[in-house]
Amino acid sequence: MPEPLLTLAGVHTHIGQYHILQGVDLAVPRGELTMLLGRNGAGKTTALRTILGLWKASSGSIRFDQAEIAARETPDIASMGIAYVPETMGIFAGLSVKDNLVLAARESALDEARLENVFRFFPALRKFWFLPAGLLSGGQKQMLSISRAMIEPRKLVLIDEPTKGLAPAIINNLIEALKELKQTDTTILMVEQNFHAARSLGDGVAVMDSGRIVHTGRMADLAADEALQTRLLGLSLDVHQ
Amino acid sequence: MTQPSDDQGPLPQARIDTIPLLILAGVVIVAFFLIGSASTWVTLTIAGVAMGLLIFIMASGLTLVFGLMDVMNFAHGLFIAIGAYVGVSTMKAFSSAAGSESFLENLGALAPTLLGAVVVAGLIGAFFERVIIRPVYGQHLKQILITTGGMIVAEQLIHVIWGPDLLPLPRPETLRGSFLVGDVAIEKFRLVAVVVGLSVFAAMMLVLNRTKIGLLIRAGVENKEMVEAMGYRVRRLFVWVFIVGSALAGLGGALWGMYQENVTVHIGAQMMVLIFIVIIIGGLGSVGGCFVGALLVGLVANYVGYLSPKVALGSNILLMMIVLFWRPQGLYPVNRQ
Ligand SMILES: Nc1ncnc2c1ncn2[C@@H]1O[C@H](COP(=O)(O)OP(=O)(O)O)[C@@H](O)[C@H]1O
Ligand SMILES: [Mg+2]
Repeated sequence: MPEPLLTLAGVHTHIGQYHILQGVDLAVPRGELTMLLGRNGAGKTTALRTILGLWKASSGSIRFDQAEIAARETPDIASMGIAYVPETMGIFAGLSVKDNLVLAARESALDEARLENVFRFFPALRKFWFLPAGLLSGGQKQMLSISRAMIEPRKLVLIDEPTKGLAPAIINNLIEALKELKQTDTTILMVEQNFHAARSLGDGVAVMDSGRIVHTGRMADLAADEALQTRLLGLSLDVHQ
Repeated sequence: MTQPSDDQGPLPQARIDTIPLLILAGVVIVAFFLIGSASTWVTLTIAGVAMGLLIFIMASGLTLVFGLMDVMNFAHGLFIAIGAYVGVSTMKAFSSAAGSESFLENLGALAPTLLGAVVVAGLIGAFFERVIIRPVYGQHLKQILITTGGMIVAEQLIHVIWGPDLLPLPRPETLRGSFLVGDVAIEKFRLVAVVVGLSVFAAMMLVLNRTKIGLLIRAGVENKEMVEAMGYRVRRLFVWVFIVGSALAGLGGALWGMYQENVTVHIGAQMMVLIFIVIIIGGLGSVGGCFVGALLVGLVANYVGYLSPKVALGSNILLMMIVLFWRPQGLYPVNRQ
């Protein structure tokens, strides 16, 4: 079996005096979309932030692409080919849609073909191209946030609850775009509360609880096993969507 | 493929918020009726704009330094003082060129004076960032204490180097005095201040809106963490913003010294009161807000100073309170996360 693209082993994270991640072990295989599930407050966002170095792991190992990155600075980690779509979307409201994407394209100028691909899924972005991103609706901001991750080839994309608070039509739109992103060999680690979205996108799945990974397996197996879902996830997931 | 449902409807328009600009215009118009004399009004307005633009030069760096790294630099006035004193020494060294009747020869004194102020203030800014600011990133109380302390030490050093006395900073010969347009006297040096101030503003807007570095600065002011998560080193960016901000403060200090025609060791501390008012009125981190705020403060100071000299000192504090009552985040609030 090839080495996973990303491996967390015994990762602990403290935020101030709080001990949030309490020994996370997680492997994200190359080319797959791994779903990270778990109740509110389980530590999913903290796990993504720790991978990126936005919180520093207090102990444990984080290996990405054959390098130990736990002690590295966020810009260095991101430069290794990791994109982040945070829960808060992290849109620069005062910058135009275009300039948001210009900054996301670190290596070069905007690539025409990739841009056309983005517009194909998110035509609204073309329409708002020169307008401040702060004028976008919530769904459009999420589209822009995901587009920033798609505008350049990445090795790994970290996505935190992209469907939160969005209308079903927009959620379907996002799912289509993320399926396309999967086709490009990009490895994805994604947090999702919407079980419909999780089931249609996830290859592998890891479930967190109280700062630890409590289950790993294939998404299809979890989707087929309602008893396991209830035990692991309780009622916090929108299982019936 | 499903179309997102909120994709329809009219295209929202990007618009500059014009209300603060209308207020600025309103102040100028109301002052006209209060002052009564057209020539006095023109003189005061030009003086106010010149003063405002000089304040803008000194304040613009500080607003970005705060916006980008949340750094409270109470020693910013130091760079103003350094610019002014370097100006004193350089102008003295070039006194024959400065005293000439030829405008070109005067430029031969003015250019090295301003350049010297910019370079020395920038270099000391680089040193200051490395030694004083960097150890206290993210710690506001320590920043206030250590930058205030640094300011006191630096004022003492200026004392040692240039002495305690008020020093003259003469304007070059052809930039002294006024010329008359009808019965309106316009001080030549105020026009110099206007030209330099507008040039600095235009250059800053160009960099901030048209270059990738500028986009990164604006993005960093909004959400520094996200900029880092995209792979950019905000700290490196910040160092350059700090250096350029210090250099501009030095430029403003030299010009302000010439504007007043003399320099004391307190020049920096005195300006800092107005500068803090300006960046708070403008909205922390907003260069456009800093520009409008500086013009407001400059104009109000001159109008009130003429109409009612007794309240002149308090007028800008009153102005700040009114603005904050109306917009608690300043005229052009930056959406910061
Ligand atoms: N900045 C913070 N300061 C203190 N506690 C935090 C902070 N961020 C998150 N936490 C705590 O860490 C735990 C995990 O949070 P989080 O990773 O956001 O969970 P999830 O994303 O799974 O909902 C929660 O108990 C939360 O209260
Ligand atoms: Mg979360």
